[in-house]
Amino acid sequence: MNQFAHFMTQVLVAVVQVFAVAVGGPLLLGLMRKVRSRLEGRVGAPIHQPLLDVRKLFAKQRMRPRESSWVFGAAPVVLVATVVAVAAVSPLATTHPPLGQSSDFFAVVFVLLLGSVVLALGALDTGTAFGGMGSSRSMTIGALCEPALLVAILAMAISARTSNLPALVRVGLAHPAVIASPARILALSSFLVVILAESGRLPVDNPSTHLELTMIHEAMVLEYSGADLGLIIVGESMRLVFLLGLLVNLLVPWGVAERPGVLFFCVGLFALLAKVAVAGVMIAIFEVFTAKMRLFRLPELLAGGFVLALLGAVTAVVAR
Amino acid sequence: MNDVYVVAVGLAGVMGAILGGALPVSSRVGAAVALTWVSCAAALGAAVTVLSSDHVITLSTSAILPLTGVTITLDPLGAIFVIPISIVAMASTFYWLGYAGHGLSSRSASSAMPLFVTSMLLVPFAASVATFLVLWEMMALTSLVLVLTDQSRREAARSAAQWYAVMTHAGAAAILLALVLLSAHAGGQTFSDIEAHARHLSSAVRGTVFVLALLGFGSKAGAVPLHVWLPKAHAEAPGPASALMSGAMVNLGIYGIVLVGNRLLGGGPVWWWLLVSVLGVMSALYGALYAATSSDLKRLLAYSTSDNMGLILIALGASGLFGASGHPTTAAIAMVAALLLMVNHSVFKGALFLAAGAVQVATGTRDLDRLGGLMRRMPVTGIVFLVGALSVAVLPPFNGFIGEWLLLQGLLHGLPTSNTWVVISISAAVATLALTGGLTVAAFVKATGIGFLGRPRSDEATAAHEVAITMRVGAGALAALCLVLGLVPMLVLPAIERAAASARQVNASSVTSGWVSLHLLGLRGVLAPSLLAAGLASAALVVIVIRRIAHRRRNAWPAVNPVEPWGSGRKLQTARMQYTATSFGEPLLRVFDDVIRPSRDLDVSHLVESRYYIERIAYRTSNDDVIERHFYRPFIAGVRWWGQRARSLQNGSVRRYLAYGFVALVIVLVAVT
Repeated sequence: MNQFAHFMTQVLVAVVQVFAVAVGGPLLLGLMRKVRSRLEGRVGAPIHQPLLDVRKLFAKQRMRPRESSWVFGAAPVVLVATVVAVAAVSPLATTHPPLGQSSDFFAVVFVLLLGSVVLALGALDTGTAFGGMGSSRSMTIGALCEPALLVAILAMAISARTSNLPALVRVGLAHPAVIASPARILALSSFLVVILAESGRLPVDNPSTHLELTMIHEAMVLEYSGADLGLIIVGESMRLVFLLGLLVNLLVPWGVAERPGVLFFCVGLFALLAKVAVAGVMIAIFEVFTAKMRLFRLPELLAGGFVLALLGAVTAVVAR
Repeated sequence: MNDVYVVAVGLAGVMGAILGGALPVSSRVGAAVALTWVSCAAALGAAVTVLSSDHVITLSTSAILPLTGVTITLDPLGAIFVIPISIVAMASTFYWLGYAGHGLSSRSASSAMPLFVTSMLLVPFAASVATFLVLWEMMALTSLVLVLTDQSRREAARSAAQWYAVMTHAGAAAILLALVLLSAHAGGQTFSDIEAHARHLSSAVRGTVFVLALLGFGSKAGAVPLHVWLPKAHAEAPGPASALMSGAMVNLGIYGIVLVGNRLLGGGPVWWWLLVSVLGVMSALYGALYAATSSDLKRLLAYSTSDNMGLILIALGASGLFGASGHPTTAAIAMVAALLLMVNHSVFKGALFLAAGAVQVATGTRDLDRLGGLMRRMPVTGIVFLVGALSVAVLPPFNGFIGEWLLLQGLLHGLPTSNTWVVISISAAVATLALTGGLTVAAFVKATGIGFLGRPRSDEATAAHEVAITMRVGAGALAALCLVLGLVPMLVLPAIERAAASARQVNASSVTSGWVSLHLLGLRGVLAPSLLAAGLASAALVVIVIRRIAHRRRNAWPAVNPVEPWGSGRKLQTARMQYTATSFGEPLLRVFDDVIRPSRDLDVSHLVESRYYIERIAYRTSNDDVIERHFYRPFIAGVRWWGQRARSLQNGSVRRYLAYGFVALVIVLVAVT
């Protein structure tokens, strides 16, 4: 019986975490747009506007290009499924998530990569120039992001002696000095660069443009409509919230539930949402003052991220 | 009793070769395939026996090879190499049943194929220098015959075979030199003699032997810069042969390095393993870069083989480095990772090459820029390729991910405990690993997306049909194995650990445990591949249900409606407007411009009447192998120049030749005295 109760608690934790990320994602988009509008002197749409958009999209008809195959329809589903799967087992609101023992940072990153790859395949399946353009550009950026990301994880994992995500968060809670160590700071700054690039934010990609020559992510999803487009918006925003959630929990872990208990978990959840909201507002403010970079200047930015991560790894080894 | 296995492997192979050469065209492929299967099954039986018990199969006879005799021993290390070879061989030969009608049913091919498989299977059995070299040479020659299959129709196949013949024999010469040197100093040509004496040799001899072996075996594994033959030969070989070469033969290059470096010489100083790591880093980066920018389907796969062999070499090098600096746990993890990467690579690269062969059969081309839309026309082949591509891109839940994860864990836990040199090289290895990972993903999104998705870019691709059922089953079996090994890596891990222990000459110690979640023993690292996959699948199911409910509740239109894609207001959209493989890889080509240095050529011809109107634009770009262009071509040109000079020595005059003989004799006499 006790085991059953434990199991049900774990399921509940997973469901709540996924739900928080799924609703928080569109809300974060709305919040960031609101901040941006206000700073630009506009009133802007209400914060829950993306949620309304998604609801509207789910009521619309799905269409697919004539020559596309099943991959086109599968891509949005896989995209959302990857984020749901990792959000359920990651230390977002609590340091003891379900299956926390096997929630490995590398595994999480590669599962998320699966989502991006399938989306890029779906874009190529449209058989249009835009799909290919977006797919090619996002894969180029992804290929250059991956070194920075993996080495950043390695830098954090070396000092914690494990790449287990909950353990990485717990190390920060138990020894705050670890967070202030150069290794983790360098690694997290590199991680931030990767988050901005992977989720198509400025200065890598402008999420509010539909200009053919510059768009990356929007070009990929141009052919999607109805529920598929809704899923993509939800999936992408969930991914942003999830990655920011990991970032803030690795940077300022305080508030996250360390012990079992409903109260601790609720505090952890609110702390997470508050921290992610602050991070989102900061990114939005940053975006107002930033212009999009040229595509072929991006390797410099991402190489910078990679060098930061490598420095982090080297200092982590030296510090031991 | 177990000797029966060995005899069966050899006998079935030889019988297959004879029948394949002798029978009429209607039955020769069937007979050859049946006997190859017998050979594979026997080898598999031997390998499983060795791996499941501590029994070692040995056999020695002087009846076959004169002077030296044949010595056969199968230990766990050899057995772990036999298993993927026999699995890939079974799948590829079954596939061959359907492929044979497309130009692979000649006497020479039907006779070479069983011999090729058998010699590959027997190389890990060899336990003396002579046996090893004979089998190695047989493997090289039979595969050369297979590469030459299409030579009457394609000039490229002939040139590829030339490159292959020269490189493989240069490699064989290096191996011969290494092994002969070793046996001369060790005073015996069986591997057990060498093993017993190798530790007492001088470090100069050991170092020379290792470097020579690394060069020879590295060229077989396609390690950069000895890889130039690989993208040519693997691309030109017909479907099943290319799967065998890329999925099975390259492994034996890795086997040779482990055999000489770890078993015969019993490990070595740090600089050996640094050399291996550097070779691995170069191969991985170079292979991934060329795979990402190549637009020939099979050439892309071949470069990716170089890339994967590079990863295996990195893991081997890391294992040696950790071992040399006294960290047996991480050394064991890295060795297990190397062998797991090898097994996984065989499975997914076999599937990919078989699928590429099916595409070539169905469309007559390998040029990605002329393909497209095949997922609808060849659904099974398309799915096989997609699964293989996701595996090679190390994405869960497929098998490539497990090996990569294990390697990352080995590097992560080994890094903090090592000396400066090791730290520098391992950091470089991790950076390489990460960059090649990203490039590989781009390469395989391109191969799958351009080749199989979207609209067909040529009439041939439009008219493509799914291939014969045997071809689909052969390729599909390997793709299914990709998923199975990705979900339950414990199916092979215990065997691999036993082999790794035998290679490192330590008592079998377990590195990993757990069927559902994979635990690294003694370290904090856990991965639950099957739970991860179950989570993904159930999440996808929930999403699909939500999408359907939302739709059903809201309207009565058809769920999915095929329409013309949006063309910026244009009504007409042609397949030529799509991105091609060349355009897909262009951003990466531009980023790595300094490394690849592609040649670009733009011709604009104007109308005679007015220079403001353009008549034609011709744009040519080629990114042929930069190492071939800058090292091999000048070298070949130099050799040719000396050859031309040497011709003047020969003018047909017998008196002059006699004078040469006399002068040479005098020189020899002077030198001897």
